Amino acid sequence: MIPPSFDYVAPKTLSEAVAALGQHENSKVLAGGQSLIPLMRFRLAGPTLLVDLNRVEGLSYIEEKDGWLGIGAMTRQSAIEHSQLVSEKYSLLADTVKVLSDPVVRNLGTVGGNIANADPVNDQPATMLAYGAEVVAVGPDGERIIPITSFYLDLYQSALARDEILTEVRVPASRPRSGGAYLKLERKVGDYATAAVAAQVELDADGNFASVGIGLTNVGLTALKATEAEDFLKGKAASDANLRQAAALAAEAAQPIADVRGSEEYKRSLVKTYTVRALRLAVQRAKGG
Amino acid sequence: MSKHHINVTINGKSHEADVEARLLLVHFLRENLNMTGTHIGCDTTSCGACTVQLNGKPVKSCAVLAVQADGMEVKTVEGLAQNGNLNLIQQAMHENHGLQCGYCTPGMMMTASAFLERNPHPTEDEIRHAISGNLCRCTGYMNIVKAVQYAADKMAEGG
Repeated sequence: MIPPSFDYVAPKTLSEAVAALGQHENSKVLAGGQSLIPLMRFRLAGPTLLVDLNRVEGLSYIEEKDGWLGIGAMTRQSAIEHSQLVSEKYSLLADTVKVLSDPVVRNLGTVGGNIANADPVNDQPATMLAYGAEVVAVGPDGERIIPITSFYLDLYQSALARDEILTEVRVPASRPRSGGAYLKLERKVGDYATAAVAAQVELDADGNFASVGIGLTNVGLTALKATEAEDFLKGKAASDANLRQAAALAAEAAQPIADVRGSEEYKRSLVKTYTVRALRLAVQRAKGG
Repeated sequence: MSKHHINVTINGKSHEADVEARLLLVHFLRENLNMTGTHIGCDTTSCGACTVQLNGKPVKSCAVLAVQADGMEVKTVEGLAQNGNLNLIQQAMHENHGLQCGYCTPGMMMTASAFLERNPHPTEDEIRHAISGNLCRCTGYMNIVKAVQYAADKMAEGG
């Protein structure tokens, strides 16, 4: 199918892009286009102006700086997948990009697009919730930092203003005795998650949880942070009984709906099982295994 | 709505055209240039039949606008054979019965050849992972994987 007609600009600078976005009421940013272009073809999205960020310089990088791992919004998922820094020190992120859509889509799909899309089916949002990430947004009045915990408002709705562009996501720099994992059930490669669980943990010197982040994919109107499960584990030992108790709390936090991928009960049970497994793997990695 | 003048290098040859912003790269190839080797399968970024290489990387051309390819290099299945001789991945598909109906084959080869350039000594697992965004509805994956392995082995032998 062919998308409806629209105008298109490909600015070279961020300020031009912000200005272009503000000029049209029904404008939209084009990043990797791997969700947006199919949506436009199905006429589920009909922007009258596309502002293509692909020719804006300086939005593609992966670098550690000032206590954060900064990832430029236009960084392709495949670049993260092949980053040695990520595979060595950011196991949750490394896991996520391996199962996010498929290898060909990952050559164009971007981290900024996956996050700003605010679609609960996307994989990066739960991962960023588990990390406690921040995003950087640039608008006509300059730059602001938005914690990921206040970024997702509702289905397809983020805290970004219409003329703001997400430029960077910041993941807290990897710390000693920390580790993470992302576990996703999908019917086939490239499918959205039936459900997926992101876990990021840090252990103290005694092996108890110093911090825990748990994010859930595609079991609610937005990606969800399993706050009660996180709070339950803080300060506790990484015993199987504790992980199971936390997983039960995560399953309670999930708000799945029945669809072609499974019943509500099935998805809730999946969240429980995958939370235990993701936490177990995260703990193992935090211990250096 | 907006029209754009683009210049895209396809299989080494420059093509200029005035296109609407909404024209997809796959339609530009098939309908404007009559290069029908690139197939349309699912139309939803799922199947990979339309895979071409954009600046050396395999992408699904049903989810790229033609205007986005302005100034870039595109390689399609028509660019694989040289002087009428099948290239290595094409020979490998031929020798190993790597195609049944052939519909997925162009996309499969564009993905596989870019993959082998990055990873010339792949394991079977790596091959299966690399082609997991390209669907073969005949389910002929055994022989496709064999073909990619065969091409890798031939490359290691020096041709």
